[in-house]
Amino acid sequence: MFKFLLNPNSFNKFSDTIFKPLVAITSIILVTGLILVYRSPLDYQQGLTVKIMYIHVPSAWLALLTYAIMTIYSIISLAFKIPFGFIINKAIAPIGTVFTVLCLLSGSLWGKPMWGTWWVWDARLTSVAILLIIYVIIIFLNQTFENREVREKTIAIFILIGSINLPIIKFSVDWWNTLHQPASVSKLSSPSIDISMLQPLLVMTVAFSLVGLIIAILRIKVEILTRKNYL
Amino acid sequence: MSLRFQRLVLILITLAMLGTASILILFNTKQNIVFFYTPSELIEKKISINNKLRIGGYVKESSFKKISLNKYQFKITDNNNDFLVFYEGILPDLFREGQGTVIEGFLNNKNNIIASKIYAKHDENYMPASIKKELEKNSQWKKKYK
Repeated sequence: MFKFLLNPNSFNKFSDTIFKPLVAITSIILVTGLILVYRSPLDYQQGLTVKIMYIHVPSAWLALLTYAIMTIYSIISLAFKIPFGFIINKAIAPIGTVFTVLCLLSGSLWGKPMWGTWWVWDARLTSVAILLIIYVIIIFLNQTFENREVREKTIAIFILIGSINLPIIKFSVDWWNTLHQPASVSKLSSPSIDISMLQPLLVMTVAFSLVGLIIAILRIKVEILTRKNYL
Repeated sequence: MSLRFQRLVLILITLAMLGTASILILFNTKQNIVFFYTPSELIEKKISINNKLRIGGYVKESSFKKISLNKYQFKITDNNNDFLVFYEGILPDLFREGQGTVIEGFLNNKNNIIASKIYAKHDENYMPASIKKELEKNSQWKKKYK
């Protein structure tokens, strides 16, 4: 049933059937999300600036999610010799990069009015900057090594080494004193964010994920075609 | 044990060891990674006078004073210890008494800090402004939200 996650041909078939409905659903959710953000209340402390959160937080989550997916596929591909994982790694690395850049830029724009600075070298901000560097290195590594098998394995191993950064990003705000505030949504007690603001945030997260998924499907299909020498 | 399974175990063990190694390094270099010290940590560290440092805490209630046009003085506290801070410059929007803050500067004597930069720190609570009004009306507003 989940063969499309491991096999290029099943993936092509599966993505062809879901693609059009997926685009339709994504447009609806994205528009709904934007309307919800527009109508969302102002924060008691931050006022209008809080709306940057609806871009910043989904981008941050997706930057991490994309990397987590690449890590899982690297393990599967290296251990079980499934080349489809390498295709996915190459296809989605730029998507993760874009989400990381969005996260850093929106965070910077949010930090200036709230904290009084564009950038500080605290643990959270620095670890996300390192994530961006790792993403860029992965993209560059795709241009190296004539031999494709060597290249793919090198990239997969590099992704695995870089994955150590993921828990560091997540827990940096708990382990060390940082200027960045701790997590609001993903903590054990109930979220410390009001439901009227949590709703648009979650809808925007779904919308961002679906947009990412659409771009990922297109890029993976191109990559499959390239390897079949159709392009 | 099949070859595939062996490879999987090898990868997972390598990852676990790499992870442990980096965590050990990070926790042993804690003092270089923390963005700021709390006032109590600072007293424990006995940082020498005129060294650059960052200190984080809350602006103590009713300690904020305007000396002149853009010269301010206030106390930074972690509810155990506090330091007197002098600052000349523009304060961030979120800066107010009871609010979290991080200041960059140096100790000029045992209890005084000359700040060169002030950051406001905000917490992880988000709430619509209208709810705050409601809570205040019913006098349910808790100090800790501030």
